[in-house]
Amino acid sequence: MSERSRAMVRSAASKVLSALVVMFLAATVTFLLVRISGDPLSMLLPPDATAEQADELAATLGLDQPLVVQYADYLSGLIRFDLGDSLFYNQPVSQVIADRLPATALLAVSALFIALVIAVPAGIAAAMRRGRARDKGIMTLILLGQSTPAFWVGIVLILIFAVRLQVLPASGHGTLSHLILPAVTLAVYSVAVIARLLRSSLLDVLSSDYMRTATAKGFGPTHAVVSHGLRNASLPVITVVGLETGTLLGGAILTEQVFTWPGLGRLTIEAISNRDLPLVQGTVLLFAAIFVVINLIVDVTYSAIDPRVRLEK
Amino acid sequence: MAGISIAASQDAQTPTHTAWRALRQNRWGMVAVVFLAVMVLTAALAPLIAPHDPQAQNLLERLAPPSWAGDSDHLLGTDHLGRDVFSRLVFGSRISLLVGVSAAMLAGVIGAVVGLLAGYYGGRLDWILMRLADVQLAFPSILLALAVVAFLGSGLWIVIVVLGLTGWVSYARVVRSEVVSLKTRDFVTEARAIGVGNLTIIRRHLLPNVVAPLATIATLNVASAIVAESALSFLGLGVPTHIPTWGSMLADGQLYLGTSWWIAIFPGLALMLTSLAINITGDAIRDATDPKVYRR
Repeated sequence: MSERSRAMVRSAASKVLSALVVMFLAATVTFLLVRISGDPLSMLLPPDATAEQADELAATLGLDQPLVVQYADYLSGLIRFDLGDSLFYNQPVSQVIADRLPATALLAVSALFIALVIAVPAGIAAAMRRGRARDKGIMTLILLGQSTPAFWVGIVLILIFAVRLQVLPASGHGTLSHLILPAVTLAVYSVAVIARLLRSSLLDVLSSDYMRTATAKGFGPTHAVVSHGLRNASLPVITVVGLETGTLLGGAILTEQVFTWPGLGRLTIEAISNRDLPLVQGTVLLFAAIFVVINLIVDVTYSAIDPRVRLEK
Repeated sequence: MAGISIAASQDAQTPTHTAWRALRQNRWGMVAVVFLAVMVLTAALAPLIAPHDPQAQNLLERLAPPSWAGDSDHLLGTDHLGRDVFSRLVFGSRISLLVGVSAAMLAGVIGAVVGLLAGYYGGRLDWILMRLADVQLAFPSILLALAVVAFLGSGLWIVIVVLGLTGWVSYARVVRSEVVSLKTRDFVTEARAIGVGNLTIIRRHLLPNVVAPLATIATLNVASAIVAESALSFLGLGVPTHIPTWGSMLADGQLYLGTSWWIAIFPGLALMLTSLAINITGDAIRDATDPKVYRR
């Protein structure tokens, strides 16, 4: 193994380790949050339950054990992907989550796809006409997109396309036409963030020497930007897309609620209304895990493709 | 003190003056500031401005359209219980502003303290605080707010505290990186050399120099806290439903989109315009206070 690839493996290993620390802390926070929320027994039992029934339930759920033992059980369960049983569905939490995960994944991936298809050309178009009318117009739209909450976008889209024009369904899932409105709703904020960042990142790149050389060599501006500028400008964008995963997931919760999309977001809200604490604990942890894993992947690929980052480490 | 006098000697004017002058030249920035001023006044004088009691139900006039769009004497129509939409909008602005400003202040205080400590002391404390920031970032803040509200129950103050506790990371990161570069500057190393205590250095020499970035983030944070409060209320997990909020109005309105669009459209517009105005103001403050911009 060469010295360079050994350094890469070492830096990747340290990133994995720090991601594990973050996950462990996230699991602990979730555990504490559930425990300080009050006595789960009183929420689960009917008001006329006897003391024996309460003890019995406590024993089944392991709530009669000391907190440290509960915590250890919880952690060892997590390692085996055992998140306990949902109180409402009477199924393992991991099973309930696995049933709903595909819907959210479909929604988030479609939204990200739409966001990239719109944001990349918009960012390039704005950067190439810096300060002109086109740039200002695109920047105004970006500001509007960043300021508009997802659930409001969803309601406006429903009003236009489902109520007035009656061309797309307002809720449900299963076909492509059901996917369009929720995916566009979720994409709006990401379009704004990605386009804005790509623009400023491109502006940095455009003022660099090799871009001036490319233009001096007679490449047209579009050719120079696409073949030289875009590759270099995309790195910071990839990092931010990773960090924006959290916002995307948060937006998915609201979008799913507006369009009654049967994903993890609605599952979380249902679980909260049903006081289904093991399920809430499971979905919250899963959201955190998705965020940590995506950012770990972004981090590692980033240092693998950008030699400057690799050498600094 | 030291930071302010350095900036003042270079500009022969305080940074606040310079920033205000730059802000006045920003047309959209001024429009946004005026919009926000009107909104603050509306919230303060809500009982005088609202033509009706925001909670008064009138089932005979339910789902009445806006007065300029149909036969009705309600400016923005009424909802499914016959409550006046305009009056509810006016009173709803109180909750939005209260939650937005209080949550941003709480988050700002926590973030500034964390950032100052992490940046100044560095080392193990810095590592621990920044891992905490990573953990915080790993939870979408709306999700954390939902979970806390679910576990602890909802209420105006719980919403404020939760949004305050989940919003500190961006403050902490920016303040930390500023402090890391500030602490090697002469006025800090000299203060330390003549025996000024650490806490005094942080309070008198570092804090005044991070006020401008703090103000920018706080402004943007007010917008995101207002949107987050509306999101929680929209989901029925925020401020109790007997208080009119833009989020709960939107949730009511979604059910009647097919017949009565005005119930959802006006609170949504108010929310979007407020968030837009705050974001424009925040950008304007940043452009006006960032030395890289205004000394050009």
